[in-house]
Amino acid sequence: MLDFYRRLHRTISPSSRDDDSEVRTDGGVVSDGPGADPAPEPDRDLTTRLKATLDQRFGSDFIESSVFWLPPFLLMGLFVYGAIIWNLLISLTDYQRFENAPDYSNLDFEMYTRALADTGFIDAAINTLILLIAFTAGTLVVGLVLAILIDRGIRFENTFRTIYLLPMSLSFVVTAQFWLWIYNYNNGIANNVIGTVGLGPVSWLGNQDIVLYAVIFALMWQFSGYAMVVYLAGLRAIPTEHYEAATVDGASTLKMYWRVIIPQLKGATISAAVVLMVFGMKAFDFLYSLSGGYRPPNGADILATKMVREAYANLNWAYGSAIAIVLFGMALSVIGPYLVYEYRRDNL
Amino acid sequence: MSNAKPRTDGGATATARLRRTIDQLTAEDIGLYVVLTLAAAFYLVPIESGLVTSFKTGTAIIETAPFAPPGPSGFTLEKWQTATDTLLRGMGNSLLYAVPATVISAFVGSVTAYGLTIPTWKKSYKAVVLMLIVAGIFIPYQAVLVPLTQFWSQWVQLGDALSFVWALGIDDDYVGIIELVITHVAYGLPICTLLFRTYYKTMSDEMIESARLDGATLRRVYRRIVLPLSGPMFAVVLIYQFTQIWNDLLFTLVIVSTESSPAAPVVLILAGLGSSLEGQDFALRMAGAFFAALPTLAVYILFGEEFAEGVAA
Repeated sequence: MLDFYRRLHRTISPSSRDDDSEVRTDGGVVSDGPGADPAPEPDRDLTTRLKATLDQRFGSDFIESSVFWLPPFLLMGLFVYGAIIWNLLISLTDYQRFENAPDYSNLDFEMYTRALADTGFIDAAINTLILLIAFTAGTLVVGLVLAILIDRGIRFENTFRTIYLLPMSLSFVVTAQFWLWIYNYNNGIANNVIGTVGLGPVSWLGNQDIVLYAVIFALMWQFSGYAMVVYLAGLRAIPTEHYEAATVDGASTLKMYWRVIIPQLKGATISAAVVLMVFGMKAFDFLYSLSGGYRPPNGADILATKMVREAYANLNWAYGSAIAIVLFGMALSVIGPYLVYEYRRDNL
Repeated sequence: MSNAKPRTDGGATATARLRRTIDQLTAEDIGLYVVLTLAAAFYLVPIESGLVTSFKTGTAIIETAPFAPPGPSGFTLEKWQTATDTLLRGMGNSLLYAVPATVISAFVGSVTAYGLTIPTWKKSYKAVVLMLIVAGIFIPYQAVLVPLTQFWSQWVQLGDALSFVWALGIDDDYVGIIELVITHVAYGLPICTLLFRTYYKTMSDEMIESARLDGATLRRVYRRIVLPLSGPMFAVVLIYQFTQIWNDLLFTLVIVSTESSPAAPVVLILAGLGSSLEGQDFALRMAGAFFAALPTLAVYILFGEEFAEGVAA
């Protein structure tokens, strides 16, 4: 407490050296930017003092630096966090159809109980989980294998890497067209390939039990290059001595990777997994383009598509918002621990 | 003469080196290259098959294998013609919002990252701001869609405020383009800030510190030291953001909504292209997909390194 008063005194007292330097920097700001309005004299004294107190509390550059980060932060905060809170409010109303604005006077959890009773919602939630887990795990494995192969000092490394990452630069709308053609029943490559071993033809996008996995496969094709790039960066960070030590110990190549190298890729795995899960939750664009409309192929409905369909096709705005909140909760359960993990590792 | 001699010499050693490499190739190495090539084929086949299909006539599609090129009789440019005619206006519209949104979000991201990295203020408070920003990268946009629609349709009547523009004869659907720019900047800010921050963290602070000791303001340090050194990161961020914004469908769908709108972006038109009551015209779809992907493909081929850096961060 005493310390606080001493600090306060030091910041307010005009004779203190600390304050002197504050005034000088402040003067610098005003002269540097003619746009900044010079406040009237007594007011200015107050703002100077306030600034000094704030700087004391938050660090010497707090006020001066806030010009740089605060306005963008507020814009982003309004669009992200403001919108999420607003969305939460809307999900508690009965907003639907062509009403201009939600009626906020009567809030309840009706939309959430409605979701739990809606088999379409339960199916979409299960599909979302399957997609997230299978897509993330599959993409990580493919990416890791590719990264290890590419890291073995091969020629044309850049060419291979460029090819593997290429699909990632394409829009979901574009790749959906390619995969529609591959999964085509009569002329598609997928049925051609399994036809050579005497299987099929399979209706990839028409069969409810298969379509979700067909979609996951296509998404893996698009994003395994990303996982490869992340793993490659992780592999490059491992000192060569670790490889050498393992080889001297007489471990086989496979054993060396399993015992020595892969455990060191934990950080790369975690960050790639988080990003991939988020991509998976955003698979809306791909599914929308597959069918060219709000209703994805039967059996491939996920929460992201159901939310947009309920809100923008059926005009059940409040119900759509409630589904969005569930989806947000799922995302948060992944992102939250990840951010804490990154903060602890001092990576933020 | 003197010119030719080193060349043959270099050629000889190159051949020798190649022979030595081939001699040293073990079965394991050959297996490695076979696997890598097969994987490359796996990644390229969907794209290659789309490309050859886009040049096929209706009969060639049924008669030739999906990945085989069309014969001379089955070759046509008609689909590309149709796709170009349908999508060209969409390309223009996409550029109209993708370019400004990319440039603005990159620049603002750089300023934000600077304010959160170089100046000294309490680390624990900084971490809170940073966490909120980084979390903004990962939120599913579905969670903001309904409020976003409310915001643009009920709260901010941008269309009315800009009535003087529509009086000039520009279709008032183009208000969607402006809304898209602001929306993409707001949601693109977190990733741009993070990318620039990782870069600024590695910047040597000796120069900045001595400038600060000489009494330079933060604004001056940014303009004179940090901004001129940000070039490589600007390349990464601009490429990443442009690809993301160009490829996004969700925001265009809820803000512009119909593909018949004069302001419809290319992805919106492409999503409905080639499907009609008579069935799906795959050649047209493929041609359209390639046409719409041209800008991002060009960016990727020219700046693959920067793109890889952007996604890996």
